[in-house]
Amino acid sequence: MSGTQMLLTIAISAGVTILTRAIPFLLFPDGRQPPAFITWLGRLLPRAVMAMLVVYCLKDVSFTASPFGIPALAGVAVTAALHVWKRQMIFSICGGTVTYMLLLRLMGAA
Amino acid sequence: MMRRAFPRTVPVLAGYLFLGIAYGISMKENGFGVGWALLISAVVYGGSMQFALISQLSQPFSPLTVALMTLLIHARHIFYGLSMLDKYEGTGRWKPYLIFALSDETYSLVVEGAPEDLREEERGAWYAAVSALDRAYWLTGTVMGGLLGALLPLSLLTGIDFAMTALFTVILTEQSMDAVKAVREGRMTRFDALFPPLLGALATLVSLLLVGTGSFLLLSMGLMLCMFLLRYVTQPAGERGRSA
Repeated sequence: MSGTQMLLTIAISAGVTILTRAIPFLLFPDGRQPPAFITWLGRLLPRAVMAMLVVYCLKDVSFTASPFGIPALAGVAVTAALHVWKRQMIFSICGGTVTYMLLLRLMGAA
Repeated sequence: MMRRAFPRTVPVLAGYLFLGIAYGISMKENGFGVGWALLISAVVYGGSMQFALISQLSQPFSPLTVALMTLLIHARHIFYGLSMLDKYEGTGRWKPYLIFALSDETYSLVVEGAPEDLREEERGAWYAAVSALDRAYWLTGTVMGGLLGALLPLSLLTGIDFAMTALFTVILTEQSMDAVKAVREGRMTRFDALFPPLLGALATLVSLLLVGTGSFLLLSMGLMLCMFLLRYVTQPAGERGRSA
């Protein structure tokens, strides 16, 4: 890929990204009340999207071959448990990530 | 206002430096210098897509593939925008920047809303400060990763990208704890507390099993929308207002 083609590739990706972020605001500018369904959706959707993203992050984890997804599932479980316990974001993230990295090594997957 | 917004952004500070460094290192590993990494972090500004873009840049030029791939990976941002419509309303001159900088992590911080004690006209500046700080962390991490990449043994870092999974898990946990509280206080029905996260997880799992890792997010979001629509039209009248 030439330098120009790389710049074009980056520009396309940036353009489409901005489009996905701007569409809702273009469709419903200030003062124009979105339909009741959209407002309702905006309240319930965030938790559905986060659950989707967690599953999305685990998409490449194999549950049929060693280490059977154990490091990833344990990492998620430890993260959530630490957060319910202390409610300190960085503490939960670091605890979960370290658990994952340690288990990967202990189970011979890294 | 930066000082006022900083405490809220601390979790993203750690996460973005971490992921940004990982991104800078990955770019370096694939033969792209820190200049390219910085340019992409500045204009694309979306972690998952930027990682996907690395492999695209190593392949023959294919504008359509890049456009579709970005659309699929970033389609979730449409959902973010929908749930931020009311909060970003009336933010005036800040609004274009707020929209441009609405990344996953920034969304997770602003979705809770600006502090209650801020005046109406200060909210835009507060949201912009949070967005700008997050962006600064991401760019700083990218440069650090690009520069330090050659020095760090990669085997040491294997699995560090789990930080992204942990971040989303924390946000979901936080939101679920709020939902539990809302149910206890009678502000939300039990069904509305359980339905969204279960639907999100199940729809995504089913889609993944049906079509594989390629384009399952689009199917998942379609399924979610259909199910939400179904729930909306079938739920008992009078419950709609209680989903705050």
